[in-house]
Amino acid sequence: MKTEETELLLVKPAKAVTKPSVIEITNLCKSFGTQEVLKNFSLKLYDGENLVVLGKSGSGKSVLIKCIVGLLRSDSGSIKVFDQDVTSLNMNDLDAVRQKIGFLFQSGALYDSMTVRENLEFPLRRIKSDLKQNEIDAKIKEVLENVGLADALDKMPSQLSGGMRKRISLARTIVVDPGIILYDEPTTGLDPVTSDEISLLINDVQKKYKASSIIITHDIECARTTANRIIMLQDGEVYAEGNIAEFEKSTDELIKAFFK
Amino acid sequence: MKINIPVSKAKQLALQHTLKLSEGTIAKTATASNFLTRFADVLLFIHHFIKETFSGKFEAKEFFRQCFSIGYKSLPLISVTGFIMGFVLTIQSRPALVRFGADTLLPGMVAVSLIREMGPVITALICAGKVASGIGAELGSMKVTEQIEAMEVSSTHPMRFLVVTRVWASTLMIPLLILYADGLGIIGSWFGANIKGDVSLVLFFSQAFSHIGFVDLLPAIVKSFFFGAVIGLVGCYKGYNAGRGTESVGKAANSSVVLASLLILIVDMIAVQITDMIPV
Repeated sequence: MKTEETELLLVKPAKAVTKPSVIEITNLCKSFGTQEVLKNFSLKLYDGENLVVLGKSGSGKSVLIKCIVGLLRSDSGSIKVFDQDVTSLNMNDLDAVRQKIGFLFQSGALYDSMTVRENLEFPLRRIKSDLKQNEIDAKIKEVLENVGLADALDKMPSQLSGGMRKRISLARTIVVDPGIILYDEPTTGLDPVTSDEISLLINDVQKKYKASSIIITHDIECARTTANRIIMLQDGEVYAEGNIAEFEKSTDELIKAFFK
Repeated sequence: MKINIPVSKAKQLALQHTLKLSEGTIAKTATASNFLTRFADVLLFIHHFIKETFSGKFEAKEFFRQCFSIGYKSLPLISVTGFIMGFVLTIQSRPALVRFGADTLLPGMVAVSLIREMGPVITALICAGKVASGIGAELGSMKVTEQIEAMEVSSTHPMRFLVVTRVWASTLMIPLLILYADGLGIIGSWFGANIKGDVSLVLFFSQAFSHIGFVDLLPAIVKSFFFGAVIGLVGCYKGYNAGRGTESVGKAANSSVVLASLLILIVDMIAVQITDMIPV
């Protein structure tokens, strides 16, 4: 149940509200069998902002970003990405929209059979097919330096630690200069120091690449470091929305349970 | 003896009986529905495979990588298998042929057996164990670790990149491996024949090939392509449709071998029937 304060947070305008939205979700519903995961969910992601989506496991966070990128088809509602409704696009048009979206998977999802270089080349050769080999090499070098792993070029994913895999995965996400980046629990399974490094890296990416991001997490430290705005999901609905300060001083039991 | 069952109890019994019938019917309907759903799923998978084969850019680099992996990397296993096939067949057949004074037919008999049946089927079964399970496990683990989804969001069609390349590589490489195994089988047979006899390699080969005709070779080659396609398709289908947990990777690998082996034998049975209809 929403408390008075939560209701208050819900109507508060976000800081970046004056900017145009790059993602606009309206009345999104998604069910698996009889289980309703998202119920009339609406959201706007504004240009250049880091939006953190908090929520318990199973609250529909990952389903939300998989619907945005078209990995899951929604039951109803609309998802506009750069003014194109991905719910009604054919595969070719959806591919074109996907080229503007970067997706950092929870597990990193690096291709095991490829080296780091090949992992980075893979999306680059497909999305930016007009690039020459020297331009590809320069781009790969640049992103690897940005994530602090320039010497990992010829390593296999199996030779990398958890934190390094996340960094390489982030490098693969940003190598195609996406306008939007979707982070699926970027700090899960990492130690606090590496988690902080990844959170700072997310901020660096926001500044350097001017990307708008949705960061799915239940790591409060990550939310503190990265969030321009936070929404909290509960049972497939927006439970609360605001900035980090508003969440931290909330007296709502559910929010307090997260921020204690 | 007459038993008076009260009306209420009779009603209860009738209801229980009806419910049991209903449960049985529901279970059977669910099984039938499940089977049909899976069958439709397989057809849909093959439809996607065909559609992706003829649409968009062919992933040539990945195709050649798979040809190398399926073909070249299977050579040691197939070499040993092929050699032993011919060697054992010769050792086992020789006494019977000698008894009838037909030991000169040994090279021809071994060659025909190897090329028509033993070579294709045994090599395909060995490849089902190596290639189908490998593909099933690889794609299964890619599914579990979200690599297939990562490919999809990179605007790459996983069906085209992963499935089309593997199925075509398997379809083309398995027949080559079978021909290679046949050749090594005949060499193995020559070694076997030389344990208790003395025959030159040239003479052995010339006797062997004098018994082989177009009608022996062509059906064997044609069915080898089907074996290859079965191995590739089953491995890819099982891996691509693996569940979410790590346990499903093992299941995908295991069921790939079982189903591919079974389908190879079924395809062989059909091929033998069709070959039998060809006039010699």
